[in-house]
Amino acid sequence: MCGIVGIYLKSKKFENSLGSMLSDMLVNMGSRGPDSAGFAIYQDDSEENFKYSLCLNEFDFERFKKEIESKINVLDIKKNSDHVIMKTKNEPNEVIKMINKNFKEISIVGYGKSIEIFKQVGEPKDVVRKFNLKSFSGTHGIGHTRMATESAITTEGSHPYSTGEDECLVHNGSLSNHNNLRRKLKKEGINFNSENDTEVAAGYISKNLSNKKSLNDTLKDGLKDLDGFYTFITGTRKGFAVLRDEIACKPAVIAETDDYVAIASEFQAMAHLPNVNNAKIFEPEPGVVYSWGN
Amino acid sequence: MELDLKKINLRDVNDKLQNLDRKQNQRDFTIINPEGNHALCAGLTEEMNVTIKGHVGYYCAGMNQKAQITIDGNVGTGVAENMMSGRVHVKGNASQSAGATAHGGLLIIDGDASSRCGISMKGADIIVKGSVGHMSGFMSQSGNLIVCGDAGEALGDSLYETNIYIKGSVKSLGADCVEKKMDKKHVNKLKKFLKDAEIKNHKAESFKRYGSARKLYNFKIDNNY
Repeated sequence: MCGIVGIYLKSKKFENSLGSMLSDMLVNMGSRGPDSAGFAIYQDDSEENFKYSLCLNEFDFERFKKEIESKINVLDIKKNSDHVIMKTKNEPNEVIKMINKNFKEISIVGYGKSIEIFKQVGEPKDVVRKFNLKSFSGTHGIGHTRMATESAITTEGSHPYSTGEDECLVHNGSLSNHNNLRRKLKKEGINFNSENDTEVAAGYISKNLSNKKSLNDTLKDGLKDLDGFYTFITGTRKGFAVLRDEIACKPAVIAETDDYVAIASEFQAMAHLPNVNNAKIFEPEPGVVYSWGN
Repeated sequence: MELDLKKINLRDVNDKLQNLDRKQNQRDFTIINPEGNHALCAGLTEEMNVTIKGHVGYYCAGMNQKAQITIDGNVGTGVAENMMSGRVHVKGNASQSAGATAHGGLLIIDGDASSRCGISMKGADIIVKGSVGHMSGFMSQSGNLIVCGDAGEALGDSLYETNIYIKGSVKSLGADCVEKKMDKKHVNKLKKFLKDAEIKNHKAESFKRYGSARKLYNFKIDNNY
């Protein structure tokens, strides 16, 4: 099953309540995905430094902080439950390599100039409380509640998946050609950390975007290359896009007002949003890419 | 009587409507704050008028018998699924599988219905004032599906004896679905439906009728339909 949610703010009015809006949406979608939850929040798009979202996996924070500060110039490092947000000027290819080499226990859940990702196993209501999602502000965010089907219930198996700078993907559905596609993408230099099908789709999108293809064209090509059932929400630094496969078994509803665009698997996840009853509410058509801000 | 889903929980609202207290002689209900809840007004079996103010979730008015249910908003998947009789009127849009397997009654959708509208319907009448998505009328067996807008891909795929009337364009017809002649009796029947749904801006004569070519009824040895 799985539940997916997203909000893109068209005005500054709700920037301080983005976390709170997203949190309520995720808690509501707990009925579609009680195993794990995760979210990506995009903040301040003028930031020039890199932010790394890391999961400690029981690694001691103070030890990590001390050791990493001896290796790179860390501008800021903050612990949020078992996740860490680290800010530095150092480029991703250097930092990722260094973390993978020196801190094998620690997983990199995302990186970029604007994105922060938090994900963990557990009931969505507990996960959002643990990371205090309600306190977040930002310009847009996406989230996922998981009912695991094809890979284990682990942090690595949770969404959102991020395989590129400021990119992330959440998925309701299942892909049937992910093993073949993973092999192909690995040969082309994309790294994967799990056996999960969604991570392959995220890698596919990153690969195409790194080849300077637009998000719109990438997703359109995805209709041919990704075999299976899906509603995707893919986040980028500037906004997000939505795509449903052509059979369209996996649900999605969009509500658009002058202030925001919200998407969720079911309308009930959006019922609490301000002025939603006067929003333009529609179902994204199958095989059509919808995007905002990109 | 007003039922507020912010104050009364969903099961209690459904329980009240499913087990009507006949001594009270109360047959008019308005439900407020539905907030996308699922299975609202499912399984009603008696004559009553229910108006739902707002958007609802899945399977609203499912299995309906006799009740007249109006939804002043959008509905999720499977509105009026397996309806037996009565009337369900959606003033907004409907998600997929509207009126799925419905045996009887009338379903009116003022907006659009998405994919698989009227899938496997078994005798109900469905009137959509907007358009319908792909695979509408899939394997439908009996009844009438009337669409004032357009139809998506594979309309009426593998259908049996449902009559499908479309005013606008049809993206493609499904297996064994063909356009059929509009006889006077069809026009008259359609006129009645349009009147029931208070549709004045479309003339019955301007609709096209689609139905089964009946070539899938029997197994063909060369499997060539």
